[in-house]
Parts: sequence; C-alpha cells; structure tokens
Amino acid sequence: MISQTDRGAWSPYVAGALSGLLAVASVLVAGKYLGASTTFVRGAGMLEQFVSPEAVATLSYYVKEQPIFDWQYLFVLGIFAGAYLAAKLGKDFKVQAVPDMWQERFGKAQAPRAVVAFLGGIVAMYGARLAGGCPSGHGLSGLTQMALSGFISAAFFFIGGIIMARIVYRGR
Amino acid sequence: MELIYGLVTGIIFGFLTQKARVLRYDKQLGALRLKDLTIVKFMLSHIIVAMVGIYLLHDLGLVKLSVKSAVLGPNIVGGLLFGLGWGLLGYCPGTSLGAVGEGRMDALWGIAGMLVGAAIFAHTYDALQATVYTWGDLGKLTLPGLFGINHWIVIVALGAAYVLILRAIERKGL
Repeated sequence: MISQTDRGAWSPYVAGALSGLLAVASVLVAGKYLGASTTFVRGAGMLEQFVSPEAVATLSYYVKEQPIFDWQYLFVLGIFAGAYLAAKLGKDFKVQAVPDMWQERFGKAQAPRAVVAFLGGIVAMYGARLAGGCPSGHGLSGLTQMALSGFISAAFFFIGGIIMARIVYRGR
Repeated sequence: MELIYGLVTGIIFGFLTQKARVLRYDKQLGALRLKDLTIVKFMLSHIIVAMVGIYLLHDLGLVKLSVKSAVLGPNIVGGLLFGLGWGLLGYCPGTSLGAVGEGRMDALWGIAGMLVGAAIFAHTYDALQATVYTWGDLGKLTLPGLFGINHWIVIVALGAAYVLILRAIERKGL
C-alpha cells in the first residue's frame, strides 16, 4: 500500500529503532519512561479548575495526578511540535478534517467524524486511565521492561481495537 | 531541567513518528483492520532496541526499572475499553497531538474527548478502588520474575519472537 502520502516516509524499522534509542537515552539522562495518558488527567484538572476548583483540590485522583506541568506533559506537547516540524520540512503537512479511509467508508461530512472521534476519545481515555497506561506507557515502556501489565494491557488494546475496527468497517 | 528534557524528547519522538507515518488515522485503523501493520513494525522495532538497552544499563546499575503493577481487572477491562475507543478515534493519546501537528484536525475532537474521559475517570476513581482494582492484583511482575529465570534468556526469546513476527508480516506484505 504505497500511496502518494507515503513519499518521503522513513522505514518504520529505522524510525522505531531510533525511537527505542531515544527511550533508552531518556531513562538514562532524565530517569523517565515514555508515557502520555497521565498528561490528559493533568490537563483535565487544569481545565476543571476554572469550573470547580474545590473538586480538583479534593478528588483523590486529581490529588494523585496534580494539574501541573511535568516531564510527561512537556513530552506530549513536544510530540506536537516535532510532528509539525517533520511534516513542514518534509512537505507532508496537510490540513484534513476527515481521514481518507473514513471518507471512503462514510463520506466527506465532518460532523459524523467529529462526533465519533470525540466519543471514541472519552472511551479510550477512560480505559487508558483504568488500565494504568496507553500504547506508550503500557505498550512501549511496559513491553520494553517485559512487564506483565504491559503484555496484558497491550493485548487487550489490540483486541478491543480490532473488534471496533470490524464494527466500524464491517463488510469491508 | 526535567521539563526541558521532556520537551526535547517529545520533539524527537514526534519527528520520528511523523516520518514513519504512524500518527495518522489511516495507519492506526490499517493496523486494527490487519491491512497495514506499519505501527506494529514501529512498535516492535522500538521495543527490541529499548529492551536490550534498558536491561544492559540496568545490569550496569545506571538506570532503574519502573514496572507498573499487573492487576487483571483494570488491565483487562481498561485495556479493552481503550481498544474500543481507539478503534473509533483512530489516534492514541500521545500521537493525537502529533496528528494535529501534521494537520489532522479531527484529532482535536479526540483530544477534547480524551480530556473529558480523563475528568470522568477522576470523578469515578474512588468507586473503582473498591471494585475493579481489587480483581487479580499480581504486583509489579515482569516475565523473567514470573518464570523465575535470568532476564537475558527472556530478552533473547522475546527478541527472536518479535523478529519472527516481523518477518511473517513482511512475507504477507502487510
């Protein structure tokens, strides 16, 4: 499946191996394993502070994951900047509201895609926090350390994902 | 300083994931539909390199492991929920920011949803403590610890298994 947008792509083996070296360097230099989903709790806490500061100050989960900027928060923001840089330099930046594969199945309308992405985001993040991590924390960092929690969680990430993908693209 | 390390690590990670084209919906759903396993190639390559590197440095006493507890209830229920949501959203938490970085605006709706999901979780966490979190707590186990054997035996076995999986993927042209 080589589409036009794959022009200028790096081999996933090379990029993956380099990101593995990056992960090792991060642990060596900063003592930090890659992860992303805790940042969404901190971000939610920052936003909820505007509405109900007392909830954020007292709820045990917000006390555990304080609404502050930490290593991972900046890591996640950095992903945005790095991807923007790579896309711009590689002339691969493209504003698109509805992904190609979705368009083939459901058409160009933006609203259905927005609603499904929003609802999917709610379910995905609730699950990631319950599982204790996402494909970075459990998937990459967990499997790197051969953690049992990583193998179990990553297996169920894919099981759930494959089930939903079959539902969304049934008959195709 | 910690914040600067985080930012720099994120920028490089975002750069690499964009170059490998693993940020976009089509690649994530391509993997979940078992049609294009680019993200699996990326993840397994990452894991092979990092696994060897981290355990080498750990043996030298230079780094600490940070293993999350294996608790069957939350790992399985949460994992499944994440997967179902992932199949709808088509982005994962970290890469959703990268997807916006390369212009995929639908990822913004996903990020909004994920912030809401995180808030709902924070409000239900205490209730979960007494239920799901108590189901099957196995502690901070690793596979070498589980089998009670030297970690390098497991690393070599897993590394070989990953390479075989990648070869099978290439043979099938995925």
